[in-house]
Amino acid sequence: MQIRQQAISRALSQLPQALLLSLRNHLEIWATVVVVLAAASFMLSRGTGFSITLMTVFAIWAMLAVSLNLVLGYTGLLSVGHVGFYGIGAYTVAALTANPRQELLEGEIIQIFAWPFFAALPVAVALCGVVAFVVGVAFSRFRDDVYVLVSFGFAIIAYNVFVNWQWVTRGPFGIHQIPKPAIFGYTINDDLEFLVLTLAFLAIVVGISWLIVTSSFGRVLKAVREDEDAIEVFGYRSSRYKLAIWVISAMMAGLAGAMLATYTSFVDPNSFILLESILLVAIVILGGLASIWGSLLGALAFVLLEEGVRFVPFLPPEHVGQVRQIILGTLLVLLMLFRPQGVAGRFKL
Amino acid sequence: MGALTRCSTIRRSLRHIWATEDGEKNMTARDQHGGAQQQVSTALPLLELSDVSVHYGAVVALDHVSVQIYPGEVVSLMGPNGAGKSTVLKAVMGMAPVSTGTVRWHNDILASPTHEIVKRGISLVPQGRRVFTHLNVEENLELGGMHVRDAAERSRRLDAVMEFFPILRQKRRDPASAMSGGQQQMLALGRGLMSSPEILLLDEPTLGLAPIIVSEVFQRVTEISKTFGTTIVLVEHNIRGALSIVDRGYILDKARVAFEGTPKEIEDSDILTQVFLGREDNEE
Repeated sequence: MQIRQQAISRALSQLPQALLLSLRNHLEIWATVVVVLAAASFMLSRGTGFSITLMTVFAIWAMLAVSLNLVLGYTGLLSVGHVGFYGIGAYTVAALTANPRQELLEGEIIQIFAWPFFAALPVAVALCGVVAFVVGVAFSRFRDDVYVLVSFGFAIIAYNVFVNWQWVTRGPFGIHQIPKPAIFGYTINDDLEFLVLTLAFLAIVVGISWLIVTSSFGRVLKAVREDEDAIEVFGYRSSRYKLAIWVISAMMAGLAGAMLATYTSFVDPNSFILLESILLVAIVILGGLASIWGSLLGALAFVLLEEGVRFVPFLPPEHVGQVRQIILGTLLVLLMLFRPQGVAGRFKL
Repeated sequence: MGALTRCSTIRRSLRHIWATEDGEKNMTARDQHGGAQQQVSTALPLLELSDVSVHYGAVVALDHVSVQIYPGEVVSLMGPNGAGKSTVLKAVMGMAPVSTGTVRWHNDILASPTHEIVKRGISLVPQGRRVFTHLNVEENLELGGMHVRDAAERSRRLDAVMEFFPILRQKRRDPASAMSGGQQQMLALGRGLMSSPEILLLDEPTLGLAPIIVSEVFQRVTEISKTFGTTIVLVEHNIRGALSIVDRGYILDKARVAFEGTPKEIEDSDILTQVFLGREDNEE
């Protein structure tokens, strides 16, 4: 009897250590469970309408995170310029589809196309591809720290174009009245239907990314990340591979931007500031480099944080934004200290 | 040229693992060369650097260097640090700025960008192994032969390389980072063989390995030459080890070729003493 008690108490005393060890070794599984449970309980407690909003925002961020992970995690190019493509996608759809009422124009002259969304979407994605190709021809000569700086430059230039190219972007005023997607005369007005559409696009992005990273093309990308010079010796032109993945990734980011524009029905340059790109890099690193699942997890955790902080009691609404950034920054520092490859990552930066 | 007699004997006894049409042609070409061993001076070098100079800014890395490699040979480039051994290989691979002279491959001038050169049958095993540590062994090998479009041919080569290096088959699913230095060197050699090269350029394959592994690497290099019929250029700092396996050697010193000959000729001369300032006994 006494022996049994001793055994139990010993097991109990070892429990915290065992848990810690399990947490360390299976962080990916634990994090998945915690984040998914948190998301589920949060959505259940807040009702359907809120859940749909949360999932839609998640899907858009997830597209961005997965697309950036192709460049950052798999190919090892730390780009902080993705917000530029996100913005180009959003603005293209906005400019081509918007049909604002006369009083909103305030006497300014702006070209109105009033295209349907599904006609503007391919243009937006293709335009991102073209811009990425032109920029990428120069960028793919760079690597490491210099890559960060040139992509930084791209983000700044893109933002300034959004602010100053007024007859297309309407400058700081932004573009309003972006219609919801319509197909064959049927408008997707319902939030749930819109969520399904966004998730379908997310599925396409994840599917393409999965195909890329499991193919021989993906293997070369990983090799470029490991040793760009050595790969040339085996007959690969690493700049071509860097350019190709950059263009693909930019088109995915453009798709996310297009969905954002039609979802919020309004775009302005403030959605595409450099800070958004930094947040995106943080999500990808937190979730895990070179892990598509990690990027999805990171995006979900980020959206939970974004929305969740709003409901923390005692927190004055004007401080919500700062608290979000403090939490995200702290998480990033902690992960860099204790788990540099991120939660689900395969590779350290 | 006793060395050439020896290597032609080896050549006749080769069994080509890659039984491709190309390989058959190579075999014939090599046998013809072997038959013409008495007139070595008229035989065509496989790879020839004539009068090659390389400058890095004001630094002279190669100063009018001429090197000839004949089909089927195992040749080593030796010399002290900074003599320009690795630069010779870099000049061949298009990775060094050649200011004078030409590199010829099968008597054609070789001036392709680095990524084209492997397709012409030249394969480099770079210094420091440079395996892709986050990729597994099989992925590393496949990267070495990815320019071969035919998937069946690729998998046949993969099989042949794994046959030759059993450790690579055993660890095919393990990341390269989980291997020891010696195993990584075997992986680097195997990756270089995946393109089924006519010539294999080995840049310091024994650097940083334990003595027992060093002799294993040298043994493997000899076996590669015998089994696959690959011509081998070996850049080595380990003079004694290299001389024991090569047909011919070049001694480089201060960016120039100081001596060229068979291992016996090199050992009989006092060139090693000259070049290494009488420290030839401590080379290992």
